[in-house]
Amino acid sequence: MSEVKTFTVNIYTENNIGLLNRISAIFQRRKINIESLSASESEIDDVFKFIIVVNVTEEQMAKIQGQIERQVEVIKAFYHTDEETIFTESALFKIKSNLLFEEPQIQNIIKESQARIVTVNKDFFVLEKAGRRSEIELVHRELKPFGIMQFTRSGRIAVTKTEMPISTLLQRIEESNEVAFGKSQA
Amino acid sequence: MDVKTQNTSDTTTTTMSGSEALIHCLVAEGADLIYGYPGGAIMPFYDELHKHQDKIKHVLTRHEQGATHAAQGFARATGKVGVAIATSGPGATNLITGIADAQIDSTPMVCITGQVGSHLLGSDAFQETDIIGISTPVTKWNHQITRVEEIPEVLAKAFYIARSGRPGPVLIDITKDAQFAEFDFAYAKCDYIRSYTPTPAVNDTEIAQAAKVINEAKKPMIVWGQGVILGEAENEFKAFVEKSGIPAAWTILGVSAIPTEHPLNVGMVGMHGNYAPNVLTNGCDVLIAIGMRFDDRVTGNLATYAKQAKVIHFEIDPAEVNKNVKADIAILGNSKETLAKILPHIEQKSHKAWHQKFKDLYAIEYEKVIKNDILPTKEGLTMGEVVNLINKQTNGEAIIVTDVGQHQMVGIRYADFKKSKSNITSGGLGTMGFALPAAIGAKMGAPEREVVAIIGDGGYQMTIQELGVIFQAEVPVKIVVLNNEFLGMVRQWQQLFFDKRYASTTMKNPNFCKIAEAYDIDNQKVSTREELGPAVEKMIASKDSFFLEVMVEKEDNVFPMIPTGASVSDIRLE
Repeated sequence: MSEVKTFTVNIYTENNIGLLNRISAIFQRRKINIESLSASESEIDDVFKFIIVVNVTEEQMAKIQGQIERQVEVIKAFYHTDEETIFTESALFKIKSNLLFEEPQIQNIIKESQARIVTVNKDFFVLEKAGRRSEIELVHRELKPFGIMQFTRSGRIAVTKTEMPISTLLQRIEESNEVAFGKSQA
Repeated sequence: MDVKTQNTSDTTTTTMSGSEALIHCLVAEGADLIYGYPGGAIMPFYDELHKHQDKIKHVLTRHEQGATHAAQGFARATGKVGVAIATSGPGATNLITGIADAQIDSTPMVCITGQVGSHLLGSDAFQETDIIGISTPVTKWNHQITRVEEIPEVLAKAFYIARSGRPGPVLIDITKDAQFAEFDFAYAKCDYIRSYTPTPAVNDTEIAQAAKVINEAKKPMIVWGQGVILGEAENEFKAFVEKSGIPAAWTILGVSAIPTEHPLNVGMVGMHGNYAPNVLTNGCDVLIAIGMRFDDRVTGNLATYAKQAKVIHFEIDPAEVNKNVKADIAILGNSKETLAKILPHIEQKSHKAWHQKFKDLYAIEYEKVIKNDILPTKEGLTMGEVVNLINKQTNGEAIIVTDVGQHQMVGIRYADFKKSKSNITSGGLGTMGFALPAAIGAKMGAPEREVVAIIGDGGYQMTIQELGVIFQAEVPVKIVVLNNEFLGMVRQWQQLFFDKRYASTTMKNPNFCKIAEAYDIDNQKVSTREELGPAVEKMIASKDSFFLEVMVEKEDNVFPMIPTGASVSDIRLE
């Protein structure tokens, strides 16, 4: 059995209601937990992108990739290990404003972690920290004793170190369609 | 009807309602025979259907599940897309079993469901259900239409997706307001979707590599599946088998792609398959899988499955490659194209000594199992002899539709098929209740063929209400119930693996002939060998539908058998 690793799956799709359900069902059926998920536009016009993080073996990952690509509205899915990826998460901490003045340690935490103050008002301030999961967890651990009113962490967003051959793939699909049918609808 | 026609820049459009547009879409796709059940949210469509009876024949099933299985039977007998219609809520959820069946058995089907008005979506309205959410994991594609303008494009996509590549079921949910609304209709068939590659391009290098391995093989074996039939590659496949001289075995859904009696056909693989191909799967040096997906019922224990062999996998669906069995060479593409491409590279061979091994093992199976099944000497009737008789009376030319259970395995093992698309059964999902409605669909799709449904007494009662369709639409289907007053396959497992504790498998059955009688279907019940022959003869000679109940041995078992988790080569003969 090969070892369980963290994979970042980039799924390029058409933008369609219900597709997220279709993709998440592939993981749910196999009882695989989705560690994080983000959805956004991609680098290509009219192409949507899901980034899903899962912990599975490479063998499982390859099979899941096939199942994802099988979906009619999925253009292509790629998976990469952490070593092959530049990735980050983002977190927001909402904290009582008075603590900023009464607990000097908080200012040190902000400075050392290179977190950013997004807003301050008389009741609370909001701190934003982007980075690796461990960096965010560290800030969380340090701030926790002072009281965190609200905490939210985003799913992973990532780009790969190597080229993502989606543009060339799309071009090829459209060219072959022109050859086959003498037209391009995309 | 108030129809306004107008010309836009390059296409002629006609103003009409969404429901009328649906009719035109179906006609354009050649769907002139459809199955379904009306209800509130689909009533606008049914109203149009009523006005267009000259163009589309709608068959009212007695349950929506029956509509899906009839559409599946139609699709499997004709190779065309089957269509099933239902209303929202319970009508839609009743389709799910048939949709799941079509998904796992790659059957092209389009289901159209009505949905509550778009202003009511998400309000828990009467008969509202999230059928898109519910059907997602069991459809190849699904889509909800809330705007009338979407209808032509979505329907065109639905039919294209259902029939292309590896076929499958598509569900289209249409809100009631979209059925009523009017728009300018124009239809264009779909043959391209950017994100969808139905048929992967064939790689010539892999073809050449595979041919080399096949030509060098000393003990090669072919296992083919439904991909040969779905790809309409029967001729290419036959040419490949005959030129290579390789023994060829089939999965349950692959049966009849080449005739049962073809000298290179060595029988069925899998749990209740034939002895020789199962044992020799673990003795071959090259295993050539064509259009099949290595289901667990085919492979038994994967850890000991064909480990000694190089595996060449011809497959249209890339997700199936390396899913269960690692392929040394994968040849992606439509079997019609890939088999035609490899044929010129294949050397003419006969593999005589290797063939003899299959013959020797067949002789053992014949002595220990087959002989007793089809030519029994004991008093009670066997399922095998009934199937054998039906087969002889129909010259192997009938479409045999089977349900799920012991009779299914016996039916597939002993029917002698002469042409393709001669067996229709629920393979992957194992849906009891499939056969009766599927036989109706098959007979209506292929009226020139004799259609015999062979069903157990359990499965028959799961969709017995579809006798109403045979009665009303006058479908001359022949129905054979092999009655052992047990849920036989489960009972067999209870006998073998649960110390004969027959938990909830005995059946107190009604008078089936009286039920047939109530639907005005000719009928007969037999329980002796003397009666059987004449009864089968009478049934086949009948121009109308006929119901034949055969009382068979109560506790017969189906052998050979690979117990769950065992290796294919550990197949048991008794």
